[in-house]
Amino acid sequence: MGNMKLNLKIWRQNGPNDKGKMVDYPVKDVSEDMSFLEMLDVLNDDLVRKGDDPIAFDHDCREGICGSCSLFINGEAHGPARGITTCQLHMRRFKDGDTIYVEPWRSAAFPVIKDLATNRGAFDRIQAAGGFVSVNTSGNLVDGNAVPIPKDDADKAFDAATCIGCGACVATCPNGSAMLFTAAKVSQLSLLPQGKPESKRRALAMVEQMDKEGFGNCSNTGACEVECPKGISLEHIARLHRDYLAATVTKE
Amino acid sequence: MSKLDSKIPPGPIDKKWTYHKGHIRIVAPANKRRIDIIVVGTGLAGGAAAASLAEMGYNVKAFCFQDSARRAHSIAAQGGINAAKNYQNDGDSTYRLFYDTVKGGDYRAREANVYRLAEVSANIIDQCVAQGVPFARDYGGLLDNRSFGGVQVSRTFYARGQTGQQLLLGAYSALMRQVGKGTVQMYDRHEMLDVVVVDGKARGIIARNLLTGEIERHGAHAVLLCTGGYGNVFFLSTNAMGSNVTAAWKAHKRGAYFGNPCYTQIHPTCIPVSGTHQSKLTLMSESLRNDGRIWVPAKLEDAKAIRDGKKKGSDIPEADRDYYLERRYPAFGNLVPRDVASRAAKERCDAGFGVNKTGEAVYLDFSAAIERYGKLEANVKKIENPSKEKITELGRAVVSEKYGNLFDMYENIVGENPYDHAMKIYPAVHYTMGGLWVDYNLQTTVPGLFALGEANFSDHGANRLGASALMQGLADGYFVIPYTVGDYLADDIRTGPIDTKRPEFAAAEKEVKDRINHFINNKGTKPVDDFHRALGKVMWDKCGMARNEQGLKQAIQEIRAIREDFWKNVRVPGKADGFNQELEKAGRVADFLELGELMCMDALNRNESCGGHFREEYQEMDGPQKGEAKRDDDNYAYVAAWEWLGEAGKAELHKEPLVFDEVKLTQRSYK
Repeated sequence: MGNMKLNLKIWRQNGPNDKGKMVDYPVKDVSEDMSFLEMLDVLNDDLVRKGDDPIAFDHDCREGICGSCSLFINGEAHGPARGITTCQLHMRRFKDGDTIYVEPWRSAAFPVIKDLATNRGAFDRIQAAGGFVSVNTSGNLVDGNAVPIPKDDADKAFDAATCIGCGACVATCPNGSAMLFTAAKVSQLSLLPQGKPESKRRALAMVEQMDKEGFGNCSNTGACEVECPKGISLEHIARLHRDYLAATVTKE
Repeated sequence: MSKLDSKIPPGPIDKKWTYHKGHIRIVAPANKRRIDIIVVGTGLAGGAAAASLAEMGYNVKAFCFQDSARRAHSIAAQGGINAAKNYQNDGDSTYRLFYDTVKGGDYRAREANVYRLAEVSANIIDQCVAQGVPFARDYGGLLDNRSFGGVQVSRTFYARGQTGQQLLLGAYSALMRQVGKGTVQMYDRHEMLDVVVVDGKARGIIARNLLTGEIERHGAHAVLLCTGGYGNVFFLSTNAMGSNVTAAWKAHKRGAYFGNPCYTQIHPTCIPVSGTHQSKLTLMSESLRNDGRIWVPAKLEDAKAIRDGKKKGSDIPEADRDYYLERRYPAFGNLVPRDVASRAAKERCDAGFGVNKTGEAVYLDFSAAIERYGKLEANVKKIENPSKEKITELGRAVVSEKYGNLFDMYENIVGENPYDHAMKIYPAVHYTMGGLWVDYNLQTTVPGLFALGEANFSDHGANRLGASALMQGLADGYFVIPYTVGDYLADDIRTGPIDTKRPEFAAAEKEVKDRINHFINNKGTKPVDDFHRALGKVMWDKCGMARNEQGLKQAIQEIRAIREDFWKNVRVPGKADGFNQELEKAGRVADFLELGELMCMDALNRNESCGGHFREEYQEMDGPQKGEAKRDDDNYAYVAAWEWLGEAGKAELHKEPLVFDEVKLTQRSYK
């Protein structure tokens, strides 16, 4: 066990229709080797022992790749460090005696389920609208090397494809826009010869769904890029704009 | 006694799958619309299967406990996926991949299944490329490869250190395409809590809506379990927090035999445990062993000084380092299979050479690779007489390009820069080769109930080779089940929708509700994690990297005691009808507490050492193979398939003899 003492202020909300409030939780014996979520585990363990309701939060892989974990920590998505998710944030980033505010993603399109857990189903629906290449499973496709892909394009597509769908971009955006998330998928597929043929259709369909879900508009503040745990670049939004523009101009 | 018919097709090994595909029954397109299939789990196996079956015309319902299908734990796989493409012209072939897998599995896998896996492996890469999976490519625009343990060719395809993510997102996009078309109904935040068996056939599931707590009945003509492995029985593992055995275990209790439960893969390169708060362990990809060299100090006093903080790894001169894998296994060196590498690390640490506070860590060192790559880069860049600093700088850039995300991950967790200081690693539970017994069609012993991917036992024998889990998950989902499920469903074209008002559904639902109510109403005092942690310690100490008869017998007694305590004293706060994460955990740990005992029973029964199953009593006592695992092919060349007999700790052993027509059984040697 460690020896840090912290004053946590955590958002508690019993359900989607509950009003919710910040509640104080002083914690002690926090070790700097703990992850932020392990610190919350220790707090929850204590709450259960006392017969209280533990704090609900989404998490799963705890290695920064599944995109389940979220949390606004001291006003920043995934906390103060850059390029990592909350589950990768370790307590050595904090000092003994710190006060830490912990809140859920706040966005109209991500309603709170309970406490810190939110519903991000809108992302799945955007993906279902067009985030794919229309190819069926087949044992008879062309060889994977039949179409060479310039390394630079493959690398850029990969960078876009590293999006984990956590929603930090939406939570950070003053307009609650899902542009970075949507653009990352559009851009990935648009950069690859396999995804190119339907790039216009894809851009239109995904943007339309995004608007339907109640996400705000993009006004190029760039906050999403800063808070994205995977460093997804704004350049992808530019590529989405190009595909979208081309699609609207040529739409019949 | 034996209901075990593996249904291996006739003919030579390289013709079996073709023959089978040509001779099994199929369902006509118009009739597929009349058939419902439930797919539980949306990882590589489940996502691929659900998408493929919907594309073919079946009505699919897909379930996952995560908030989105994209978060299944396949996403965390790092290193790569094997395929016998032979792009590198290094002598790879379907046969070699098959052979390596059977040998790597220590001759405890079914030959026909493994051959089929190798056969379809090349299709997987083509399929993924067509979906827009951005694999790593070279400057010519062609796919790049690297090497993994237990093989001497380069057949592993990868997408930096995030191959699982990219493959899963490919399968997920195919799945979402079908969701958009309405051919797949997606049930996320739903956990399957029972299989419903009607007239001896799997006809549906009972699932809990994790948001509302509602218990739902879902009927279907076939149920596919793609629910992953059970490594979390050890509490600490590289699995995700939610990974569990519940679906497979419920199936087992409804009649599906459990195959080789004791075969656990302990991965050699994970970040060591740092304290009691630890909730999970993080893997450092096997791909790192391409370039990293594993060592401990050769002198006990140096190891002690390091543990006491008086020396650093970099203080130990080259001559005083023991690169024990290179020393013991010169032919494969640092790229021996996982079970061999893990045991070797344990052996050195047990002998007192561990290099962290707990004494349970060895070094994974990149300094030689940084220097080698730096010199190469200097040549490429035509830098004459580069300084040591320049070489290091250039070399680091190359290492960062290859493994950057892994190095960052390490630094985040440990708080130490792995470019400056050698990584400290130790083995951790990673994968389970055991799982539901399935025949060649991937059907369990319950008709209509299938198991795919890590959830079944079939392809990896007693030890899985690196980059083969992704291959198997996608092979099962894209290229095996779409054919084999038809053979079963051909009888169901006139069945009509399954009626979920039947008494079998009601009875299963009642059992599920009774158990949930027990947890909620129990007046216990201890959180679920207390019991899970206690179980994990017993499993790790007595059914982990090394096992023996006495320890396993003790473990069984200890697990029974924990189980009894759990049912009496567990405290689950909150309500049944709502979002309740402690309740979810309680159900999963209850199943682990039964599975753990079966794993020990299986380990106790298997009086030999093979792959990940190392019984201390059965090892070579002398000669060049001293200390290596000693198999007993005369008595144990079989799959142990356990039948549930009504209560935990009571199970009947059925044996599927393993016949090796192609590969000659020899002692596995990597020396």
